[in-house]
Amino acid sequence: MTPATAPPSQRALVAVLAREDPWPRLLRHIPDRELGLVPVIGALVLLWGVFGLIEPAFLSAENLVNLTLQSVPTGVIALGVVLVLLVGQIDLSVGSVSGLAAAVVGVTTVLADWPIVLGILLALTVGVVVGLGYGLLATRLGLPSFVLTLAGLLVLAGVQLRVLGPQGSINLPFESSLVRFAQESFLSPLAAWGLVAAAVTVVTVVQLVERARRVRAGLPRISMGRLVLRVAALTTLLCAVVAYLGTERGVGYPVVLLVALVVVVDVLLRRTRWGRAVRAVGGDPRAALLAGVAVRRTTISCFVACSTLAALGGVLAAGRLAAANQGTGGTETFLTAIAAAVIGGTSLFGGRGSAWSALVGVLVITSISSGLTLLNLDTATRYVVTGLVLLLALTADTLIRGRRRVP
Amino acid sequence: MSDGPVLSLRGVSKNFGGVRALIDVDLDIHQHEVLAVVGDNAAGKSTLAGVIAGVYRPDAGRVLLDGAPVVLDSPAVARGLGIAAVFQELALCDNLDVVENLFLGHEPTRGGFLDEIEMERRAWDLLGQLATNVPSVRLPVRALSGGQRQVVAVARALLGSPRVVVLDEPTAALGVRQTAEVLNLVERLRERGHAVVLISHQAADLQAVADRFAVLRLGRIDGELDAASVGYEDLLAAMTGVSRPSGRKPR
Ligand SMILES: Nc1ncnc2c1ncn2[C@@H]1O[C@H](COP(=O)(O)OP(=O)(O)O)[C@@H](O)[C@H]1O
Ligand SMILES: [Mg+2]
Repeated sequence: MTPATAPPSQRALVAVLAREDPWPRLLRHIPDRELGLVPVIGALVLLWGVFGLIEPAFLSAENLVNLTLQSVPTGVIALGVVLVLLVGQIDLSVGSVSGLAAAVVGVTTVLADWPIVLGILLALTVGVVVGLGYGLLATRLGLPSFVLTLAGLLVLAGVQLRVLGPQGSINLPFESSLVRFAQESFLSPLAAWGLVAAAVTVVTVVQLVERARRVRAGLPRISMGRLVLRVAALTTLLCAVVAYLGTERGVGYPVVLLVALVVVVDVLLRRTRWGRAVRAVGGDPRAALLAGVAVRRTTISCFVACSTLAALGGVLAAGRLAAANQGTGGTETFLTAIAAAVIGGTSLFGGRGSAWSALVGVLVITSISSGLTLLNLDTATRYVVTGLVLLLALTADTLIRGRRRVP
Repeated sequence: MSDGPVLSLRGVSKNFGGVRALIDVDLDIHQHEVLAVVGDNAAGKSTLAGVIAGVYRPDAGRVLLDGAPVVLDSPAVARGLGIAAVFQELALCDNLDVVENLFLGHEPTRGGFLDEIEMERRAWDLLGQLATNVPSVRLPVRALSGGQRQVVAVARALLGSPRVVVLDEPTAALGVRQTAEVLNLVERLRERGHAVVLISHQAADLQAVADRFAVLRLGRIDGELDAASVGYEDLLAAMTGVSRPSGRKPR
């Protein structure tokens, strides 16, 4: 680790470090991306195993189809939360933004009789504007996002009530295309299997091309065996999901939308300069600035993406409930979305996390709530259990962050 | 290109609140030359590095590049003009790996996506030139030792062949062998035609490679000394201001 020529003071430090706990030392050597999703996926499998044992109905295709559909609105919101957390900020107002977006869609399409597309566009624009406002205030005036978005939460909740008007609730007609999309649109078996084939093909081709380029450049690469194993694992997972959900209604369009959004954000984060800038700013804004990263612009872009995704989540929630009311996007929404991101392994301290943590995290939370409901346990138990899981995730997050570098 | 200085500071001052970190500093930096800036702690050395690298805007004075005034409002602008710096606190992102840190802010792309393979290839090349013992370029920087981090920071400054390279206390955290390596590296930079500004409070280390010394004391340039004629005692005296060194040129 340390060269033999280290000065005495450094050698003393190394000696001290050698005596410290092996556990943080081990953690320090695990690259950020590697550990990532493994523990959460493990937790999800465990959770499903336990619920399945106690109440077999939990693992029925019908329940799992419902569970996937239920996860979508919060999942979309959590995806945005992942982005602000990654850049080292937070947005507590995602619930209010989603509620306001739902109200906007309800009022414009039902009361004002606009085409649904226009209503959705307006709702998303509200998200963009709110995010832009946060971003500018946080970067230009240096307002801490925790309090800034708390203020936003209150203001936007008020605006939501105003938009909804005196009766406080607007029902969307069941023949509205948004409601149909959110509730009863499922991939045909042909389309589902086509998507699986396409996904597997794309991943395989990308991996093979990259490996070939690495071979040509004389760089270390993964063995062919591991590559095959990876593709096989992905294929198995996708086939299992499509086949099992296919025994009932199948894979809903909203679920496809959520997964597609996660894939897009994941590619942006891992394969583009923007994504690299996001992680750098979240990890060390000063170092990022000195390296020439556009820190302000990157931060603003994450706020905008977060609020826009929150608005989209609200639109999807309105479709799923066929209504927009005062309860849409209430306190539970933002708590669940942030909890999902953190449970999925995105750090509250910035710079560490992945788009997939939104998906896996929201599946964990929705599974807990769906499982406990099936067991006839009340809301109180659900809150407590979800809170404890969040506590666990937070502990892991803090432990991992605690690994210090060798001075 | 003319024989004049690449970069000049004229009457540069910088205050931090009440602290006068730099006062009326004039400095010329030439190609093919190692300018060593020495001074005691809090003399203003890091502030000088910051002004040259675009971190701090001077409160007064001008910065000239090839004789023309330039405004260095950000490290990115300075970098675009061919001025790269390794800061004392290194400014590496602990959560990113070596390759990610090396190319942060100017990653090569291929069809809009990051070209990881090109980056990794160039990273190995560069680190190879620096004769390093960095075990893997895919290790997060957090897991590296002080010396290894220093090498990564120097390597990052050299990407894109800047004309002016500023190194702020590059050897402070290093052992004897690695210090020698960094100084070798500095000589190679000079041979390649870079203008190198080497900042240190360990004047002894610099004597082997410096062409010219500028002594900073309490924010002022307190003498420029020719490396060929100056002794260690003279340097020390100039840094501490204890007595007038004999080699000091009148200004
Ligand atoms: N960012 C800053 N804010 C306030 N004071 C500063 C800042 N940077 C440097 N200073 C002050 O300016 C003086 C010169 O500092 P510095 O350039 O870091 O000295 P050196 O690198 O020679 O040790 C010191 O008194 C220091 O306290
Ligand atoms: Mg300093």
